[in-house]
Amino acid sequence: MSAVDLARSLLDSVAEFGGHAAGDDVAHLEVHGNEVVGAHLVPGLQIETQEIEDGIEAHIVVERGTRLLKPVHMCFGLLPQTGMQHIVMDVEIREEASASVLAHCTFPNAVDVTHAMDAEIRVEPGAEYRYFERHVHGPDGGVLVVPKAKVHLGEGARFRTEFELLKGRVGAMDIDYEVTCEAHAVLEMIARLIGRGADSIVIHETGHLVGEYARAVLQSHMALRDTARAEVFNTITAAAAYARGHVDCKEIVQEQAVARAVPIVEVRHPKAHVTHEAAIGSVDSRQLQTIMSRGLTEDDAVELIIEGLLS
Amino acid sequence: MGVLEVRDVSLTLGDKQILKDLSVDFWEGHIHAIIGPNGAGKSTLASVIMGLPGFTDIAGDVILDGRSLQDVPVDERARRGITLAWQEPARFEGLRVDRFIAAGARDRGTATVRNALEKVGLDPDKYMQRAVDKTLSGGERKRIELASILAMRPRIVLMDEPDSGIDVEALERIFETLREMKSGGVTVILITHSMAVLRQAEHAFLMCNGRLLDKGSVEKISGYFENRCIPCDHTNMPVAEEAAELGVALQDDEGAPA
Repeated sequence: MSAVDLARSLLDSVAEFGGHAAGDDVAHLEVHGNEVVGAHLVPGLQIETQEIEDGIEAHIVVERGTRLLKPVHMCFGLLPQTGMQHIVMDVEIREEASASVLAHCTFPNAVDVTHAMDAEIRVEPGAEYRYFERHVHGPDGGVLVVPKAKVHLGEGARFRTEFELLKGRVGAMDIDYEVTCEAHAVLEMIARLIGRGADSIVIHETGHLVGEYARAVLQSHMALRDTARAEVFNTITAAAAYARGHVDCKEIVQEQAVARAVPIVEVRHPKAHVTHEAAIGSVDSRQLQTIMSRGLTEDDAVELIIEGLLS
Repeated sequence: MGVLEVRDVSLTLGDKQILKDLSVDFWEGHIHAIIGPNGAGKSTLASVIMGLPGFTDIAGDVILDGRSLQDVPVDERARRGITLAWQEPARFEGLRVDRFIAAGARDRGTATVRNALEKVGLDPDKYMQRAVDKTLSGGERKRIELASILAMRPRIVLMDEPDSGIDVEALERIFETLREMKSGGVTVILITHSMAVLRQAEHAFLMCNGRLLDKGSVEKISGYFENRCIPCDHTNMPVAEEAAELGVALQDDEGAPA
């Protein structure tokens, strides 16, 4: 299949989620396996890629002061049933720059696929980086997803990451993000997943608030059914005055699914403040009865409640 | 015969009998009030009519349009036209107001949602995208719940303590909505211990200790409730029953045996 056809097939698999925007003013990158099958850059954005045996290395720079008004669209994936894709990413968002990335990771036919990402991300002082990652998996759950990221936020920098897998089976997933926040930096990490069948989900998200007035929110919302299992380890450490953090984990568990949440809060400065809340359980009966008393079946009511939780 | 009949209903939860041989008829297109002190069994009766889990194992029957609702689950009762507004509406994290209202609506279009919000006095542009969660006050959630009921266009609405957590202005808007529903042929059943709510009704039923004590015009029931129930210091024990337990002969207001 030609590069153009591969790119088209990858994008077709994410079309129901809006696919990629088009136009000269929209940057994009499409990677199938270890092959870059499509790319377009805009002023102020540099992307250098190198193919490696089982994936690619990418060095991404948003130049100082550049404000990308439209999200950069990225698509990573594998169309065959088996294989490995390893993305090694080095990202620099330079001082006072701003960028958003909308990334789709698509494995629609996976039976035995591994998707690994190792990222180093530096968001320099006053810069802002938003990374939205949506996974599109097939119905068989034959994907092992292992994204790992080390992130450093300079003074006054902002980083927001959202990870979403609502369509298809998760398979096995082990997310590990660790972020260090200097003074006045703001971190938001959000994970929204639905686990089905025998899916296995492990999330490690860590925020280190090392500078004064640094702030972090770690949020994990999940719905699990069948025999899916999830473990969420969210950690915030606060070591500076006026650092503020909050850990929020909410999971709806149905049937034989099992969820475990371990929020860890470590405060090393008397003027820092970190809170956490975790709620795991079945669908709230009052919510269910309210919606059913409007005429929806129990299944439709549960779906609506989960839609809200994962929105 | 009413559109909705409660026939000889008794319900025991744990070792306590909550409803005792209760029979009530509700008339199509009328506003009814069930009034009584806290713990009288009013909300339980609403739960029984709605068929909520835990309130279905009753003696007696609930009949809609001449057909028993026994074994009819809550969602099917709703599809047949019965719905319930809770005293304390549920919160739904992340669920948007427009999705919540549209979920049970006959017509799920945006115009229906907007119209329903306007009718309860909430600006659609400000509320449609908000979540039905803790960021809304109890009064706002109450009005949004009522909007969801308006969009559903039910035949029978049970409203449990509609004035609870509502300011005076919003309450008047809710009363106005009730009257509109009535004029549209909807049967309204208000569960209350408030005289202000009672006065919105055309017929009233007085409950105490799981029993129906009296029924009739609002004037008659409100007089009894105001003069006998509000000052009463017994706990959900009808006077006659309490007297019988104590072995005391009752006298009416003029001194004659009651």
